[in-house]
Amino acid sequence: MLKIEHLSKEFVMHIRNNAQIQGFEDISFSVEPGKLIAITGPSGSGKSSLLKCIYRTYTPTGGRVLYRDAQGEQIDLASAEPWEIIRLRNREIGYVSQFFSVIPRVSALDILTSTQTGRGADRKQARRKAQRYLEAVGIAPQLWDMYPATFSGGEKQRLNIANALITKPRLLLLDEPTASLDARSKQWVMDLILELKKEGAAMVGVFHDEIAIRTLADQRFEMKEKRLVPVDYAAHYGEEFLDETAN
Amino acid sequence: MDNRTPVLEGNHITVRFGEGCDYCRSHPEIERGRCPKCHTIWAVRDVSFQLFPGEILGIVGESGSGKSTLLRALYFDRPATSGEAHISLYHQGKTNILQASSQQKRYLRNHLMGMVYQNPMLGLRMGLSSGANVAEKLIAAGNRNAGEMIGRSQQLLRHVEIPVERMKEAPAVFSGGMQQRVQISKATANNPPILFLDEVTTGLDLSVQAKVLDLIRSIQKELGIAMMVVSHDLAVIRMMADRTMVMLGGRVVEEGLTDQILEDPIHEYTQTLVSSLL
Repeated sequence: MLKIEHLSKEFVMHIRNNAQIQGFEDISFSVEPGKLIAITGPSGSGKSSLLKCIYRTYTPTGGRVLYRDAQGEQIDLASAEPWEIIRLRNREIGYVSQFFSVIPRVSALDILTSTQTGRGADRKQARRKAQRYLEAVGIAPQLWDMYPATFSGGEKQRLNIANALITKPRLLLLDEPTASLDARSKQWVMDLILELKKEGAAMVGVFHDEIAIRTLADQRFEMKEKRLVPVDYAAHYGEEFLDETAN
Repeated sequence: MDNRTPVLEGNHITVRFGEGCDYCRSHPEIERGRCPKCHTIWAVRDVSFQLFPGEILGIVGESGSGKSTLLRALYFDRPATSGEAHISLYHQGKTNILQASSQQKRYLRNHLMGMVYQNPMLGLRMGLSSGANVAEKLIAAGNRNAGEMIGRSQQLLRHVEIPVERMKEAPAVFSGGMQQRVQISKATANNPPILFLDEVTTGLDLSVQAKVLDLIRSIQKELGIAMMVVSHDLAVIRMMADRTMVMLGGRVVEEGLTDQILEDPIHEYTQTLVSSLL
């Protein structure tokens, strides 16, 4: 569904004497429906930049991001027109950032509802589904009508994830979705992600958290010196782990 | 509606004050759009853009970069020196609206475009009641039934949270935030497919700003109006715009998805602008 070919990103900072900063180079991998690719590596290694290049928050400087959309049409996200990107973001491609920018003066329930109605869903059904998702990520009902600006960090993060998953994106990009969550919240979030995976969504995620990787990932890469290196599961965890997960 | 056909398209629009000379005609990148030789001001220079149905296009840039002048040219407040603009819903986009007759322009302003100014005095008649301000727009669109108009004005003003009992009052006695809300209500009275917003929250205090922006967003979602939002405030652009154009010295120096403009600006000027974002 997603095929990345020789993707590179270089930043040119004009305000720093045209300094050139290499984000990452020559990255290739592909993701099939229902699979999750986990990317690990130290901070500053370019993991988030890679996700942002796929989502086109960053403009890649080389390579292609080939995405097959719901109509079966192949689109190079690296060079697609902005309106095409907006269309795909509205309908098919989701992104969960580490930081949730809350919309002021809109309640949690209204955020999740309008995310759906903005895409043509019926208001009543959207509201019911919003309640189900708020429940699924463990946000207490007395918070549903409050502004998320007043929420704790973990609550905001869970709302953020619910908001990205509620429209059932076909391709989901996750930037440390479980960071800063406690064990119980992490489980709620992982359950939702697994559910969406089962429904056939393709996912690429940046993770630090081993439990999340083991639970969610089908394949694992590490960012090393600006390049993506596959991590062998067997070598990493031992054969016993593979047998265990197979069962 | 076909989302790939722009509802409004501008091609090579230029607004120039002065005749220009050989020097500035051959130098598109003169500083601040002002010719050092003949002092002609190129307020808007060779700007082309597309506005798609239901989207919000942000325009950022410092004061004097030409962003308001561009809107004013499109809304016929100020003549464009050259260039073309087409509205897909008007003569199938075949007419260059910048060259339209004054009668055609009146029609376009009353049916297809709305404008909300930074200064409410430009958009409202301050001495008239707020209800009459909105009704005026309805009359301009050919509405003649008084009862209907009163009902509709009340409905429109209620929508922007102006209480019914204050509709008889003139905007002159309203607060800045209320005046902006009356302006929005007037500008959208005839459900135009295109709305221009020129620094509408500049000068309002933060809580009022948030309220006005909220209102604009909900109207946009509800009615699917395509909007061009001019602001020097990147926070406003970030919150509102799907795509953004960056203007400098009358020209568009960069355009793209709003998050790309803010997080991965390519042009030197945009990088400077974004680095000053709080």
